[in-house]
Amino acid sequence: MKQSSTFRISVLVFGFAFLYIPILSLIVYSFNKSRLVTVWGGFSTQWYGRLFENRQILDAAWLSVKIAATNATGAVILGTLAGLALARFGKFRGRTLLSGMTTAPLVMPEVITGLSLLMLFVVLDSALKQAFGWSLERGFSTITIAHITLTLAYVTIIVQARLSTLDDSLEEAAMDLGARPAKIFFVITLPIIAPALVSGWLLAFTISLDDLVITSFVSGPGASTLPMVIFSKVRMGVSPDINALATIIVLLVTLGVIAAGIFLARQEKRRQRDMQMAAAAK
Amino acid sequence: MNARAEAPRRHRLSAGVQLILDFLNRLPPYRWTQARLVRWGITGRTAVTAVPYLWLLLFFLVPFIIVLKIAFSEARIGVPPYAPLLTWIDGSIAQVNLQLKNFANMINDSLYWKAYLNSIKVAAVSTLLCLLIGYPMAYAIARAQSTWRHILLMMVILPFWTSFLLRVYAWIGILKNNGLINNFLMWTGLIDEPIVMLQTDFAIYIGIVYSYLPFMILPLYSNLEKMDLTLLEAAADLGARPFKTFMTVTLPLSLPGIIAGSMLVFIPAVGEFVIPELLGPSDSLMIGKVLWQVFFTKRDWPAACAVAIALLLLLVIPIVLLQRAQAAESRGARR
Repeated sequence: MKQSSTFRISVLVFGFAFLYIPILSLIVYSFNKSRLVTVWGGFSTQWYGRLFENRQILDAAWLSVKIAATNATGAVILGTLAGLALARFGKFRGRTLLSGMTTAPLVMPEVITGLSLLMLFVVLDSALKQAFGWSLERGFSTITIAHITLTLAYVTIIVQARLSTLDDSLEEAAMDLGARPAKIFFVITLPIIAPALVSGWLLAFTISLDDLVITSFVSGPGASTLPMVIFSKVRMGVSPDINALATIIVLLVTLGVIAAGIFLARQEKRRQRDMQMAAAAK
Repeated sequence: MNARAEAPRRHRLSAGVQLILDFLNRLPPYRWTQARLVRWGITGRTAVTAVPYLWLLLFFLVPFIIVLKIAFSEARIGVPPYAPLLTWIDGSIAQVNLQLKNFANMINDSLYWKAYLNSIKVAAVSTLLCLLIGYPMAYAIARAQSTWRHILLMMVILPFWTSFLLRVYAWIGILKNNGLINNFLMWTGLIDEPIVMLQTDFAIYIGIVYSYLPFMILPLYSNLEKMDLTLLEAAADLGARPFKTFMTVTLPLSLPGIIAGSMLVFIPAVGEFVIPELLGPSDSLMIGKVLWQVFFTKRDWPAACAVAIALLLLLVIPIVLLQRAQAAESRGARR
């Protein structure tokens, strides 16, 4: 028994070292004075200053945040509808196709999704031009549509999983008492799945903030997101201000994930306590 | 106690919603539209399903049909840079211009074949490495104390939330000639000359295993965690050694998790672009990179679409395997 637990602990230590050393190295070298990122030249925070002077990076970061927030909101709305349909409506015509279409973008290589969406936008653009004389400007809107299509899958799965672990007796009780479906959804279902929606929103937000390949395909001239700028810089080799940027992103994400984790754990505890009380009251 | 204290807040929320719904109900156009829709057989349910359905049809399914169409058309210089499949002569007779050239090209040009096979090889080896590292980790997490389990699981997920691009970038600093590993080895005196690691296949494997390890650990964990431990006790009681118990009980039972995790790594790894581009040799042949270059550098849209279709056909079997494994997992959960 003793032997096996030593083995398990060493597995975990090595595994987590592999996962975390690269991230830690990014953080440590962001405080390096030397321009040669991996040769230590003394402590300095100069690269952070440089970062905030770099208009290109700041503009790209702002564009990325706008896209990510719009995308996350859209994905949560559509994903909730899809999750609700898949978890609560039983067998309806076209259910298999819907569930296939919601899970396929998860595993589809990004080059395929990006290429096919761009082809769609090109065709749509020429169709709109012929019909109404409109043109579809590639940029914010096309990137957001592409990201929603990708991240909606994650939200759907989270919502569907949440709904299928809850029994629908509350909803049924409300229906028996004569509540209308829309009211049942807003008053009962929505508060119960709220934690799932929060984690779905955060996940959709970070995936959108991070996406390079699909964005590069569907973006147009003048719309460069943060990953696109980072990628074009990184292609030229390591650069210390990217390390500073990475440190900021890692810090924000860690704080966000921990805060969300604490919030969700509290919600879950409260729900379980409520359920226990309800069971005790019976 | 707590539930009672919270009741007013929830009540206020529901009262607000009620107010909005009542208001909507009073508006004549709302009631009129609703009655109309119901008469046509469109209920709230249909509307809820239809919105995401139409979105996915338009932005997920239709694009594939367009890609398929362009893959069969001829490249030309112009906007758009491909010839139409159907041309109308005198406005009445349609001339079909179906080209198999793009696919024939993929068979004749050895570049495509090599990229295709090499991608499968790289993805398969990386998947195996992920399994070898991920299985013991998932096992150790699943058998840890429950207080630790959540923290460990969160630690697996956390890197997945931080930027994928930046995590791949971190490896450039570690692997390059004056990077972390070489500096350390030269400092210890083990080597005099730096070992070339960046821009090799080795770096691609490292990058893929590192980036996709959480995708392997999570399905394996969820499988191992809900495994019935009394089965293992029974095996031990019957005199099986731990290793034998593992091989005959744990491993077969975790097969759906193994398949799901492997496919979650293999499928995106086959079409990977960023990792071979940043860490691999400049002439590394990966199908995702070839597609990118054909599209962005050669600007040959029909050829890029043909590559995409070929890649998709390659992935049909793994995707079916994945769905079967996931179906088996959810059946097991229900039981």
